[in-house]
Amino acid sequence: MSERDTQIPEEFRKKQGVLLYEMSRSGRRGLEIPASDVPPSELPAQSMLRNKINLPEVGQLEVVRYFLDLSQQNYGIESGTFPLGSCTMKYNPKVNDAAAGRFTETHPAAPEELVQGNLQIIYELQNMLAEITGMDATSTTPMAGAHGELTGIRMIKAWHFDRGDTDRTEVLVPKSAHGTNPATASMAGLKVVEIEIDADGNVDLEDLKGKVGPKTAGIMATYPSTLGTCETDIETIIQLVHEAGGLVYGDGANLNALLGQVKLGDLGFDVVHSNVHKTFSTPHGGGGPGAGPVMAKAHLAPYLPGPVVKKEGDDYKLVKPEKSIGRMGNWYGNFGILVRAYAYIMSLGEEGLKAISTDAVVNANYLKARLDPVYYSPYAHRRVMHEVPYTPKNQMIPGDKHFGTTEITKRLIDFGFHPPTVFFPLVIDQAMLFEPTESETMQGLDALADAMIQIDKEARENPDLLRSAPHGTPVGRLDEVEASRRPILRWVPEAPEVTDD
Amino acid sequence: MPAEHRSPHAYIPNTDSDRQAMLDAIGVSTPDELFADIPQDKRNPKLNLPAALSEWELLAQIDEIAAKNAHGRPSFLGAGAYNHHVPAIIDNLRSRGEFSTAYTPYQPEISQGTLQYTFELQTMVCELTGMEVANSGMYDGASGSAEAALMATRITGRKKILILDSVHPNTLEVVRTYAQGQDIEVEVVSSDDTEKIDDETACVLVQSPNHFGYIEDQAAWANAAHRNGAKMISYVNNPMSLGLFETPGTLGADIVTGEFASLGNPPNFGGPNNGIFAARMENLRQMPGRIVGQAKELNIIPDQTKELKTGYALVLLAREQFIRRERATSNICTSEALVALGTAIYLSVVGPKGLAEIARLNYDKAHYAAQKMSQVDGYQMALAGVFFNEFVLKCPLAPKEINSKLFERGVIGGVDVSDQIPDGLLLCFTELNTRQQIDELAAHLASIAKGE
Repeated sequence: MSERDTQIPEEFRKKQGVLLYEMSRSGRRGLEIPASDVPPSELPAQSMLRNKINLPEVGQLEVVRYFLDLSQQNYGIESGTFPLGSCTMKYNPKVNDAAAGRFTETHPAAPEELVQGNLQIIYELQNMLAEITGMDATSTTPMAGAHGELTGIRMIKAWHFDRGDTDRTEVLVPKSAHGTNPATASMAGLKVVEIEIDADGNVDLEDLKGKVGPKTAGIMATYPSTLGTCETDIETIIQLVHEAGGLVYGDGANLNALLGQVKLGDLGFDVVHSNVHKTFSTPHGGGGPGAGPVMAKAHLAPYLPGPVVKKEGDDYKLVKPEKSIGRMGNWYGNFGILVRAYAYIMSLGEEGLKAISTDAVVNANYLKARLDPVYYSPYAHRRVMHEVPYTPKNQMIPGDKHFGTTEITKRLIDFGFHPPTVFFPLVIDQAMLFEPTESETMQGLDALADAMIQIDKEARENPDLLRSAPHGTPVGRLDEVEASRRPILRWVPEAPEVTDD
Repeated sequence: MPAEHRSPHAYIPNTDSDRQAMLDAIGVSTPDELFADIPQDKRNPKLNLPAALSEWELLAQIDEIAAKNAHGRPSFLGAGAYNHHVPAIIDNLRSRGEFSTAYTPYQPEISQGTLQYTFELQTMVCELTGMEVANSGMYDGASGSAEAALMATRITGRKKILILDSVHPNTLEVVRTYAQGQDIEVEVVSSDDTEKIDDETACVLVQSPNHFGYIEDQAAWANAAHRNGAKMISYVNNPMSLGLFETPGTLGADIVTGEFASLGNPPNFGGPNNGIFAARMENLRQMPGRIVGQAKELNIIPDQTKELKTGYALVLLAREQFIRRERATSNICTSEALVALGTAIYLSVVGPKGLAEIARLNYDKAHYAAQKMSQVDGYQMALAGVFFNEFVLKCPLAPKEINSKLFERGVIGGVDVSDQIPDGLLLCFTELNTRQQIDELAAHLASIAKGE
């Protein structure tokens, strides 16, 4: 990632952060547009029409160079090891892109008879996801994990209301939960009741017993948890909530550890979502698109958002479940992404999926074995699954309370790695959460561990290297506090343009 | 090859001997020991899945499935998904691994690519919509509109949403779905019912061009809303229209939502999408979604005198679930960055004049088509008013019949809207439809009406 030092004077170096807008020259264009082959039609009144559009005017090669240059400033999975905890940054197979390419031109408003291929993909994916998670029915329409969470919690709420149980207004959320969980409960109009985590990283059963009751709509449980550990008493937790009349929502973000090892449905979960851009390899895209299909047991299936695909004879049909909570998006979910997930599952099969979870867990435990002697984990005494959390307790510098996770992980960038997830989960102070995934070789894991061990040494011998990290990246650390305090959220032209339009 | 040298799969590289070395370092004999925290009686379930396929077997199967779709015919489908030309450079640039396999830009130093194009696209969205601030995107226009309505209820403290009956019916359903979650009332009103806004109304959602292709009077709705302390949400489900028509911001919109995927991305059967979301600075803190801001480098080691560069970073995170949890403005996390990239490249490559020219082509083709179709015996324009590139044709037969007979003639027709407009067929014409296709469509419709 470091710049080659070309030893040219500062004023000749490419200026960072220059927008295409700033390279604009009036009269340039990037696309040839033909003259109309129909006569011009009368336009409506001028008052209905817009003024000049302000977009950059650049040639096509300028656009290509600009975006290519931007891409080279990004670090992706293909740039190197990407151990971002809870995000499952595994290889995104290119054959999945090829598969998705067969369907790009299909139009969502086409009559069903003309898109039977698409409907077949959705139908088969519905079945495969239900099979993998041990559930009875699927809706692939939610467009991200958080969208799936909202769907599932709304379904639980609707199920209770249908039974006349209108007083169930609370959702139990472990303190270790991802922020989307409580935010989801609020969006669903429910009150969040936080459950404590004990010293082993488990949901505190006594706290749970005290808080579960007739007002409980359900619990949102992540399994394995955000700490990378499996609840020691998951079946007890599920039983307690069920006995109090509540239902159990499973946040499937960490499904990568469970494929073929156990089915969430068999453990007692009532409704779960999966992040296909995590477990099922669809590309993260720098912030999406993903998809968050929701799988439910039979008693919740009628509440799934529509449309779902049913098969009648040889025909695939779009159907709205009989008690559906409604629609989560305009069409059928992120279909282009769903095809990729489908292709992935078809490429792996039962044995392949089990090999994924096996190696995801072996790899994380190997990383743990290499890092435990040097880095402190509050849950070192526990077995971890696919991810392992640390806190920089051993690297702290007396008298410098700011020195910690940020310094260590920014320095890791200098060694050519993407940092782990930082400051999540919140229950671990200054957390660093590493998830290597099954995609990483043993040698790659060793390289990551060696770098972390070297950084520990530097923290003692030369902490300034960590404080000033990263070096050689397109920008160094940014003043994010000031950027939020005095936000500049768009480019503004400096002087009015004089044109002849 | 001996077993110890074999990895489980091309995507799972560690061999048995790698794994054995790792298990030794961990201190267990088998991987199963690592799964001991899972209830043992539920372990190792059977997964009834098809046998794994190699790349060529997979693609052969995919091709077999794709063959069941209708391919390569002229199409006049619109209704919120538009066939516009996707410039060749877009796929090429967008499929670069540094863009497609990157994560959400939480580490700005190694994500300036994603952050910079997002900042620039936020600027472009503001320019196109006439608004002051835009976020980095929502899942799609429909869910974005639902979130805009929720935002309006938070700002005004009121619990009633009005929606015009000319909004896309699927979007109406999405807004209802979101509103039900928070006991918010949704009332459907017709295009001229501005007096329905009162002091209990949080907002009105107006789609223009509407589901039937026609321009709504956004200014009238904005004025009525503001007179009553409510918000006007303008929903742009046909983004190319912004190349020609007045911006929602100028017409008084408080929030603009929309579906921009069709600028720079193929239809993809309706997903993934790119829901834009723009507002006024005074409502910034209530906006959902990620926002990118400009930032300067920190001068970390004080005795360094290097020039501090300009960069971009996610800002105002205190609105979001990561920090605010149950008090967040939304639960949204991952959205649609790669689709937004397609739009950013598109707008960069067509430029201001290009967008205006393409929009004009859409307008002219659709108006030429309207003239030709309404001249065919038995057909007439169902609605009056100003339209962009879509309109509703009243047909002599049920639109379902018309579409079926068109398909026999090798053409994919329009969207059947007869549930809302009697015998109504919604036809869309973009820059990709040729004069010949339009003339032939008119000829087909004529022969169908004659019972041929």
